[in-house]
Amino acid sequence: MELLNLNIPSWSDLAYWRPEAILCGTFLAALLGDLIGRGRRPAISFVISVFGLITAGAYSVAAVLHGGAAHTIMGDLIIVDGMAAFFRLLFILAGLATVLFSWTAEEIMGRKRENKAEFFYLTVLMTAAMMVMAEARDLLMLFLSMEAVGLVSYVMAGYMRTSLRSTEASLKYVIFGAVSSGIMLYGLSLLYGMTGAMTFDGIRAGLLAGEVNGLSLLITVILILAGMSYKIAAVPFHFWCPDVYEGAPTPVAAIFSVGPKAAGFALMIRFFYTTLAAGADPSASAPLIELINWPLLMAVIAAVTMTYGNLVALRQLNVKRMLAYSSISHVGYLLMGFVLLTDAGLAAILFYLAVYTLMNLGAFFVVVALNNHIKSEELDDYAGIGFRAPWLGTMMVIFLASLTGVPPFAGFAGKFYVFTAVMDRQWFWLAILAALNSVVGLYYYFRVVKAMFLTRPAEGADTTPLKIHWLQYTVLAVLAVPTLVLGFWFGPLKVLADQAIGLLSTGM
Amino acid sequence: MGEHILSWMTFFPVIGAAVIAFIPSERKEIIKTVAAAAAAIPLVLAVQLYIGFDRGTSAFQFVEHYTWIKSFHIEYFMGVDGLSVPMMLLTALLSFICIIASWRIDKAVKGYFALFLILETGMFGVFSALDFFLFYVFWEVMLLPMYFLIGIWGGPRREYAAIKFFLYTLAGSVLMLLAMIAFYLNVSDPVTGGHTFNMLHMFNQANHSEWLQLTNVRHLIWLGLFIGFAIKVPIVPFHTWLPDAHVEAPTAVSVILAGVLLKMGTYGILRISYPMLPDAAQWFAYPMVILGAINILYGAFCAMAQTDMKKLVAYSSVSHMGYVLLGMGAMCKVGVDLQSAQAAINGAVFQMFNHGTITAMMFLGVGVIYDRAHHREINGFGGLGMQMPVYTSFFSFALFAALGLPGLSGFISEAMIFMGTFPAYRTVAMVSALGIVIGAAYVLWMLQRVFLGPKNDKYDSLPDINAREMFTLVPIGIIVLLLGVYPMPVLNLMKVSLTNLIKVVAG
Repeated sequence: MELLNLNIPSWSDLAYWRPEAILCGTFLAALLGDLIGRGRRPAISFVISVFGLITAGAYSVAAVLHGGAAHTIMGDLIIVDGMAAFFRLLFILAGLATVLFSWTAEEIMGRKRENKAEFFYLTVLMTAAMMVMAEARDLLMLFLSMEAVGLVSYVMAGYMRTSLRSTEASLKYVIFGAVSSGIMLYGLSLLYGMTGAMTFDGIRAGLLAGEVNGLSLLITVILILAGMSYKIAAVPFHFWCPDVYEGAPTPVAAIFSVGPKAAGFALMIRFFYTTLAAGADPSASAPLIELINWPLLMAVIAAVTMTYGNLVALRQLNVKRMLAYSSISHVGYLLMGFVLLTDAGLAAILFYLAVYTLMNLGAFFVVVALNNHIKSEELDDYAGIGFRAPWLGTMMVIFLASLTGVPPFAGFAGKFYVFTAVMDRQWFWLAILAALNSVVGLYYYFRVVKAMFLTRPAEGADTTPLKIHWLQYTVLAVLAVPTLVLGFWFGPLKVLADQAIGLLSTGM
Repeated sequence: MGEHILSWMTFFPVIGAAVIAFIPSERKEIIKTVAAAAAAIPLVLAVQLYIGFDRGTSAFQFVEHYTWIKSFHIEYFMGVDGLSVPMMLLTALLSFICIIASWRIDKAVKGYFALFLILETGMFGVFSALDFFLFYVFWEVMLLPMYFLIGIWGGPRREYAAIKFFLYTLAGSVLMLLAMIAFYLNVSDPVTGGHTFNMLHMFNQANHSEWLQLTNVRHLIWLGLFIGFAIKVPIVPFHTWLPDAHVEAPTAVSVILAGVLLKMGTYGILRISYPMLPDAAQWFAYPMVILGAINILYGAFCAMAQTDMKKLVAYSSVSHMGYVLLGMGAMCKVGVDLQSAQAAINGAVFQMFNHGTITAMMFLGVGVIYDRAHHREINGFGGLGMQMPVYTSFFSFALFAALGLPGLSGFISEAMIFMGTFPAYRTVAMVSALGIVIGAAYVLWMLQRVFLGPKNDKYDSLPDINAREMFTLVPIGIIVLLLGVYPMPVLNLMKVSLTNLIKVVAG
């Protein structure tokens, strides 16, 4: 029964926390650089951010290579283990790709923008905050890290201060965020009341030790799930998602669609896996999951989320909005991995998240690159654009086919892994529903392909080839090549995901 | 290339596609030549395959077996038997001919030939994969090129036809995916005890888990697989994508679609469903012949009602694939003597081959006239026989082969199918035989309206068939004629393997 752990944080803890520390330093340096340049030299912040992200990435890779033993640091609030390492790499990839790509994005760097550099260091700060989300092992840290990501997100969504859509998006985000955080906080307080513990394994011990009322546990879990569903945009807490994506600048929407979602999943995995599922002793956990009928709860949320996202995406004529709804449906596929809280299911989530990050960022970036030229995200304006920029079009086909889940692209490998994990435990209706959903997905994803390649542009329309910046091509290629290669050769990524989850279960 | 002949056949086209991607798009002749070369080498290898194939065994030959993705027990496992070799030959032949037939493509040449070669890789892969996962990947690899080939180079309603084709096929293949995962999780590798995608392990019923031995489960998985394959065949009522796709697709794509892609459906049933779920195959024997009869009659009646030549040929494909189903169903009936079963299944597989060649001739023929007159209305012609005598004789040859004229290959396979089906399902066979009469009716009626009768003055200036077009038609014509007189070169290939299949399925 302790509110705060007695383990005092020490400077030596930082040895395990170098990437996070570097990113915090980068944020401050880039902020200072912006001040020195009086807001007119975004290049300073850009260079510092890129450099910081690369350095942090190098340290994260080094940490992976040097072995995966788990370390509890910062007064037991933070754990650095295999899963944290996995997500670190994922977030740095997403952050770095976004920063690099936005350097040539009109929506960020256009002539009328005032606060150009802001975008870069906010992305860095968000990356750091997301890493902490993946490392939290205590209710306090869980809430703090979620709010930190949220705060940065609100500012980024309102990046275009003079745009009505952007400010509306930001406000919507804040209000939804505040409400769902409040609900979650209530759930967390109930949990603390039931168990008297703040750390995840303490909660687990408390739940197993005492007589837990099933109904009150169920209500608590649902309240907590509400806050987390908001973060990952699962139905019915998804309402903010399309509006925010549409209102925010596209590069911001791009990182929103992968970063905070992946962080939310990381948090959910650690929280629910530690408190309700296996932990150190798999046999003891079954009663807790059964007590609240967790599998059915999760299966229903997953089914509703994927179906809703898909059906609404069918009717979208704005590519950004379509991608927003499609990302909701992907959350549904991801949630399938949660149904049984098995190692295979959770590893499938990690696998899918990595693949999803590549392909979804790629699709959003293509939208950014096209927006630079045609100043539109409407499907009708995409007519014939594939022939004006053949390589860009080809890469968009790769990303969209991968999002659909057609082999030989990475998205198929992800779906295959999730389906296998679910069918292994005989959840056939869920697998069948998900499979049919991916057929629905084909229709709206390929409406974009159709516009780009099949539809002939209207008479007199501009048909000159588009000049895409080399940096954009490079970033897109860095995303497209693995999207293709991972479709053929996904063994290593699977091993990585399995290891991350394996270390999670032993690292407690 | 001797040891890895299947891999070379499969991957040479895609290497060609990669080369084409780096040729500047203005150099159209070079692109076409590279494409022709990339399709010619598999054809040469196919001849080598034909010569080197041991006809005396039902075991898989030219086997290549490597670990691919270890953590999921996925292997790179290729091999052919008497069922797949005819299909490989057909694919190699038609792909090369289609590249030649596409010479006049002028729009986005680079994309067209690159996609065509990727498609060829997918087809070879499907017919030689012995790992279920590998099979599935190849199966799906074909969808994307096909979508673009119809969607970019097709006719006026190409966008609709392309996405319809894609949606239908994907809907079928996700069901196949689920069935595949169910197999993966419930079949154990006899050596390691782990899960496996190896088809040979899946064929062996002793490796199936207890759950997989439940009758209801087996029937459900069978149906999942069957719908996946039925959409490809296509079996009525899953056929509606076919006329649309055919009408809109460019000529060469129609040829591949009807000549090879449809065969993948029946091939999938014979390669996967039958040996893995033999009891379900017996259970489904009667529905199968009924569906076959429906396909034959419905396709033939629809063909008769068409006014578009290409649509007529498309529906005739539906009808002709019905014969294949008839033979496949008749083979599974328990208690039928071996000889009838052999006639039925050999006829069915032979019909797959023959339909591939005959329908290719018909589509190529329609393509010839479409290139000149820019329409395909049956009633818009008349008297073409006087204007284009050489073309008329070629096209009539194809049409006579389609109606099953004795002396041409289609007759032999259809006769074998009826010989095999008659003892097993007498009534169905008798009803289905009506299809031959209706087939003769729509074929002859078209022949009459297009080529005979008074000459249409509008087409006074149409040139006759040229050398390149002849080059595409003559080799197929020779094969049709040769196999019609002496079918053994193909029948010998498949006989032993198919007899083994009968033993597996009908005991």
